[in-house]
Amino acid sequence: MNRHTLDARRILCPLPVIRTQDRVAELAPGDVLEVRATDPGALNDIPAWCRINGHRVLEAGERDGEVVVVIEVGNSDG
Amino acid sequence: MSDQRKAVALISGGLDSMLAAKVIMEQGIHVEGINFFTGFCVEGHTHAIRKRDRARPKRNNALWVAEQLGIKLHIIDVIEEYKQVVLNPRHGYGQNLNPCLDCKGFMVARAYEWIREHGFDFIITGEVMGQRPMSQRRDTLPVIQKESGAGDLLLRPLCARHLPPTLPEREGWVDRDKLLDFSGRSRKPQMALAAKYGFEDYAQPAGGCCFLTDAAYSAKLADLWRARGRRDYDLDDIMLLKVGRHIRPAPHFKLIVGREEGENNFLEGYRKRFPHLRCVSHPGPLVLVDGEPGEADLELAARIAARYSQGRTAPAVTLELVRPGGESRELTVAPLPPAEIPEDWHV
Ligand code: SF4
Repeated sequence: MNRHTLDARRILCPLPVIRTQDRVAELAPGDVLEVRATDPGALNDIPAWCRINGHRVLEAGERDGEVVVVIEVGNSDG
Repeated sequence: MSDQRKAVALISGGLDSMLAAKVIMEQGIHVEGINFFTGFCVEGHTHAIRKRDRARPKRNNALWVAEQLGIKLHIIDVIEEYKQVVLNPRHGYGQNLNPCLDCKGFMVARAYEWIREHGFDFIITGEVMGQRPMSQRRDTLPVIQKESGAGDLLLRPLCARHLPPTLPEREGWVDRDKLLDFSGRSRKPQMALAAKYGFEDYAQPAGGCCFLTDAAYSAKLADLWRARGRRDYDLDDIMLLKVGRHIRPAPHFKLIVGREEGENNFLEGYRKRFPHLRCVSHPGPLVLVDGEPGEADLELAARIAARYSQGRTAPAVTLELVRPGGESRELTVAPLPPAEIPEDWHV
């Protein structure tokens, strides 16, 4: 398992979701990706994207005024 | 399972594409969704920007639809490629700056590319014949098939029975008799079908799927092109057109005035790119100045900014003017009386 981070700050939805999706596509199942965003919408949208595409949300919340979503990449190819 | 057919559905977040996908899923086809982000989508941004909208539960409708349907959704950033659609639409614009026919052709072409890359069999859209004046007419639906290159791999489940059978129908992948024959502007058949499937709380965008169908937004975009003397834009330009009050006192500069806290916060992100004004003697909005303002213009801009501050009735208001390099100075001005801000300065 590798741990990765993605800076999706200062861009607005749906761009944080698109960046997450494109990054996850490069990772292996079991890898963990921590996404940081400033658009509050990302707190709903990234977990929603994970649910429909078969990835596990390990953490979703706000830290230091930023949205942090931690994802474990699933087996799906999505 | 190896001969299970696969379709990609263009998902806008609205009801029609949701129903179209469902109709095909009901026939045992594996469906995944595709959604294109052009930069003009009504989705997300304005909700994220406006503070008053934040109180409402916010969702991305395309993701919501995919979740309701239980399908995957692929969101594709087409901001750059989409420019040629907006700037040079072969079929022109609709009522505002919406190039719907070119836009649909572009999206179906991208979906066609996608199905070839991903080994899918055909494409579905939620188009309904006669529903939209430009892109969804009997004579324009075939144009989209032709210009996208998708030909008869493009199936419109909601109005398929008004159209010649497509390959998926002829090959028996889908049963044409179970497809629909919706037409015209009435939304009743869609609503009845939604009820049958138990879909509730779906989005019903009034004008269309994007800001280009909005008259006020299109006026701001046209103003931007006029003022710059060329038709072009980048993502920041079109995002800023969604925010604030735009006031153009002269062709070479305009003001973008935040209307509330959410917008002010959003405009903060652009402080480094634009000269900007902020009231120091009174509470007031953040104001960006876009263009090539001279000294006298900045003074006028300060008077306008003062007019939108809480010091609007005070004899004098002090503002800080900060230039992109960081250099700043204070200006004390008399707020411009509303009567001296002509109606046609409001873009
Ligand atoms: S409303 Fe906007 S997104 Fe929808 S077809 Fe027209 S131009 Fe394209």
